[in-house]
Amino acid sequence: MNNKGVDKSKRQFLTSALTVVGAVGSGYLAVPFLAQMQPSVKTMAAGAPVEVDISKMEVGQLIRVAWRGKPVWVLNRTPEVIETLKTLDAELRDPLSNDSEQPASSKNQARSLKPEIFVAVGLCTHLGCSPTFRPEVAPIDLGEKWKGGFFCPCHGSWFDLAGRVYRGVPAPTNLEIPPYRYASETRIIIGEAAEEKNA
Amino acid sequence: MKNLIALLLLLTLSFGVVASEPVELQEADIDLSDNASLQRGAQHFVTYCLGCHSAKHMRYLRFALDTGVDQQKVLKDIAPEGASIYDQIHSAMNKHDAEKWFGVQPPDLSLIARSRGADWLYSYLKSYYVDPARPFGVNNLVFEDTAMPNPLWQLQGEQHAESRRTIYGEYTKLILDEPGKLSEREFDRFVNDLVNFLVYVGEPVQLERERMGKYVIFFLLVFSVIAYLLKKEYWKDVD
Amino acid sequence: MKPSRLSECGNWVLDRFPVTKFWNDHMAHYYAPKNFNIWYFFGSLALLVLVNQIITGILLTMNYKPDAKLAFDSVEYIMRDVPWGWLVRYMHSTGASAFFIVVYLHMFRALLYGSFKHPRELIWIFGMLLFVALMAEAFMGYLLPWGQMSFWGAQVIISLFSAIPVIGDDLSLWIRGDYVIADATLNRFFAFHVIAVPLVLVMLVFMHLVALHEVGSNNPDGIEIKASKDPWGHPIDGIPFHPYYTVKDLVGVGVFLLFFATIIFYMPEVGGYFLEHANFIPADPMKTPEHIAPVWYFTPFYSILRAIPDKFAGVIGMGGSIVVLFLMPWLDRCKVKSIRYRGGIFKKALFLFVVSFLALGYLGTQPVTPIATTMARLFTTIYFGFFLLMPIYTRWEKTKPVPRRLTKDQSLEEQFHALEEQLPALIEEITELKPVSTEIGHPAFKSTFFNRRPNPKGIADVISRLAIKLKGSLD
Repeated sequence: MNNKGVDKSKRQFLTSALTVVGAVGSGYLAVPFLAQMQPSVKTMAAGAPVEVDISKMEVGQLIRVAWRGKPVWVLNRTPEVIETLKTLDAELRDPLSNDSEQPASSKNQARSLKPEIFVAVGLCTHLGCSPTFRPEVAPIDLGEKWKGGFFCPCHGSWFDLAGRVYRGVPAPTNLEIPPYRYASETRIIIGEAAEEKNA
Repeated sequence: MKNLIALLLLLTLSFGVVASEPVELQEADIDLSDNASLQRGAQHFVTYCLGCHSAKHMRYLRFALDTGVDQQKVLKDIAPEGASIYDQIHSAMNKHDAEKWFGVQPPDLSLIARSRGADWLYSYLKSYYVDPARPFGVNNLVFEDTAMPNPLWQLQGEQHAESRRTIYGEYTKLILDEPGKLSEREFDRFVNDLVNFLVYVGEPVQLERERMGKYVIFFLLVFSVIAYLLKKEYWKDVD
Repeated sequence: MKPSRLSECGNWVLDRFPVTKFWNDHMAHYYAPKNFNIWYFFGSLALLVLVNQIITGILLTMNYKPDAKLAFDSVEYIMRDVPWGWLVRYMHSTGASAFFIVVYLHMFRALLYGSFKHPRELIWIFGMLLFVALMAEAFMGYLLPWGQMSFWGAQVIISLFSAIPVIGDDLSLWIRGDYVIADATLNRFFAFHVIAVPLVLVMLVFMHLVALHEVGSNNPDGIEIKASKDPWGHPIDGIPFHPYYTVKDLVGVGVFLLFFATIIFYMPEVGGYFLEHANFIPADPMKTPEHIAPVWYFTPFYSILRAIPDKFAGVIGMGGSIVVLFLMPWLDRCKVKSIRYRGGIFKKALFLFVVSFLALGYLGTQPVTPIATTMARLFTTIYFGFFLLMPIYTRWEKTKPVPRRLTKDQSLEEQFHALEEQLPALIEEITELKPVSTEIGHPAFKSTFFNRRPNPKGIADVISRLAIKLKGSLD
C-alpha cells in the first residue's frame, strides 16, 4: 500500500461524477419499471366509452353500467325529486359544486345535462364504497331528515339525488360526474364529453 | 495431439452444414421504417390473409400510432365494419368451418415471422406449384404438403416444378406457365410488403427498441469510462 | 444544528443494529489479494444478474398468468400492451442466459486457479448447489412462456425421471401432476420458479459469501495471502475490498452492461439461442416440433444424455456429469492450486475438457446424425475422463515451485502498451514491400511505388512462434 501523493480532489471529483451518472442511470431505469405498472393498452381498451339506451327507463328508475370498471348510475328523476333538489342548499356542503368533479356542462343545481336524467360515478368520494340508492323520504333507519338520496353504508355519508354531499358526514365532495353526451334523445355515451355550449 | 483436436473440431463443425435446409431460401428485403410498405402490407394482409388467419396480438391502434396513419383511416381501410380502434386483428372465420375445410385450424399470424423468419415466409409465398395429387391442386417447395391453398395464385399465375440433375445433385426449379395479374417484379414487391408487415406485427416495438438502444449504450460507455478513471485513480495506491 | 441531529439519529440506529460491523467485515476491512485479474469479475456480476432477475421477475409476475389457456397470450400481452413490458421481459430472458455465461466463467476460474481446493471445499460445494438450483430455476422458468419448446423441453426432461427403476413412472407423474405436461405442471412450476427456488438461491448465495469471507479469497497465484501479515495483522498482499475492488468491479459492471444492453436492444433472440424460434408457437400437446433442442446452457448435459444408448444409463450419465463436479476438491490430488505452477498434464487435460464441453454444447443444439452421435460419445468420454482420471494424473504432476508472495501481474494496459510497441515490427515482419511501377504517362515521369503485400514466410514465422509459445505454456 502506498498512500503518498494521493490527489484527493481528483478522487472526490471522479467519485461524485460516477455517483451522479449512476444516479441518473438508475433514475432512467426506474421509469420503465414504474411505468409498467400503469394501465396497459388492454385496460385502456376496456375503458372505452360506453353507450346506454335510456328509451326503456321508467321514471324513478336507476340503472348501473360499468365504465372503466367503475359503477356508473343513470337515474331517471321524478319531477318531485327535481323540486326537492332546489330546497336543500342549506344542508349541503357544496351545493354549487364548486369543489367537486364534473364536466362544466353539468355544473348546475341538478348536476346533469337534462334535469331529469342524472348520470354519476357511483363511488363515494370518501373512501370509494358504492352508496346505496334510497329514493324514499324519511325511512325509519335514516330518520326524518332524509329527503331521498344515496347513502353510503361504509361510513354513513349522505348524498342527495343530484349526488351532492350533506354537511356533517365524512365524504368531502359531491359524487363525481363522468363526461357524457347524448348521441340521440334516447342514447347516452358515457366517457365522451358533451360539446361545451358557450354560456 | 493438436492436429487431433483440430480434426475433431473440424468434424464437429462440418456435419452441421450437411443437415441444412433442403431448399435455399430467397432473401426478403425487410425495412420496418418504410411506412408505405407497411401500409400496403397491411392492406394485402386484410385482403388475402384475414379471411382465414387472424393476428390477434396486434391492435389497430398500435398500427395507426406506429405507422403514423390517422386512426379513422385505419378503421376505414383496414379494420372490418364496426371495429373499435382498440380491437385486435381477428379473423371472421369460424373454428369449425376451418377444420372442416383445411383439416387444421389456420394458425394465428401474429408471431409467424418470429417462428419462421422473414426469408422463409417470402420464399414460401412464392413457391407454390401445380400438383394434381394434392387436395387443392397445389403444393409448395418450401413447405411440402402444406395444408394452405395458394391465396395469391391469381396475382402470381401458375407455376410448375421441374427437377434437374447437375453435378452438385438434384435441385428443383419453378417455372411460370401462366402469368397472373401482376408481373414478376410487381409480385415480388407485393409479397415483400406482406412479409414486411408480418415482421412488424411479430414485434411492433422493434424500431423503437433499436432507436432507444443507442442512448443506453452511449450512457453505459460514459459510465464505464468514468468508472475506469476512478479505478485507475484509486489503484495508484496499490503497488 | 441539523447535521448533528442527523448523525444522532444515525448513531441511535448504529447502537442497535450492526451496520458498521457488517460493512467493515465484508467490505472495508475485508482484505482481498491485490492481483485479481479479469476472471475475478464474474462473481460480482453473477450477483448483479441475480438482482436483475429478481426485480424483472417480480415485475413480470404482475402481468403473467400461470394458466395453460392464458400463459402464452399473457407473455405477448406483456410484450405489446403493457407499458415497457417488452424491456422487462427481454431483461429477464437475456438475464437468464447471461446468468449462465457468467456462472460458467466463474466456475472455470475456480478450475484455473484451484479455488475449490483446501481450505475452500465448502465454498465450492455451496457454489455447486447454487449451480444446480440455478439449473432448476432456469428449467422451470423456461416452461412458463408455454411455447412449443417450453412444452416439449419440459416433457423430455421430466420423462428422464421415469427412467429411474421401480419408482420412476410414479415419480414423473407426481412431478407433473398429470399424465403429460399440463396446466397443473405449469401452475406448480410457476410457484417453484417465483418463490421456492429463488429463496433457496438467495440463501445459498449468502452461505457462499459467508464461507468465502471466512477463509478469504483465492487468487491467480493460488497462494494464501494470510500466510504473510504486516504488524497490524493485515495480509501484506491484501487490499481492502472497499474501495479498491468496489471501484474495479464497477468497471466490470459497466462493460458487462454494455454487452447486456446490446443484446437486449439489438438482438434479443441471439439467433434463436436466447429465445428459440419454435417458442413463438403456442404449446401444442399433439405435435412435437421437427427439431427440439434445450436452451444453449443445458446442451452440454443434453448431449451426454443423447450420447448414451440406454435410457437409464443416459440419465445416470447426465446426472453424473454434474455430480463429478461436486467431487472436484477430492478428485484433484495436486497440492499446487494455480494453473500457473501446475504441470503440463493438467493444463492439457483442462484444455481438452474445455474443448469437449464446448463441443458437447454445440452438438446438443444440432439434430442427431450418426457422425454427431459418435462425436458426442467421444467428447463424453473426454469429459468424464478429465474428472475420473484426475486422481491418477494429478498425483504425479510435475509442478513448478510456488512463490511465497504474490507475483506482479502485467495489467491490461501494460499488455496493451507492450503490444503497441511490438506492432510496427510485427507488421514489418508479416508484410513485404514490393515495387510497383506505373506505366502510364511520359517515360520521364515514370516512377516506382512500393506497395505492402502480405509476406507468407513472415506470417508462417509468426504463427510458428506463437505455437511454440502456446506449447511452452502448456508444459
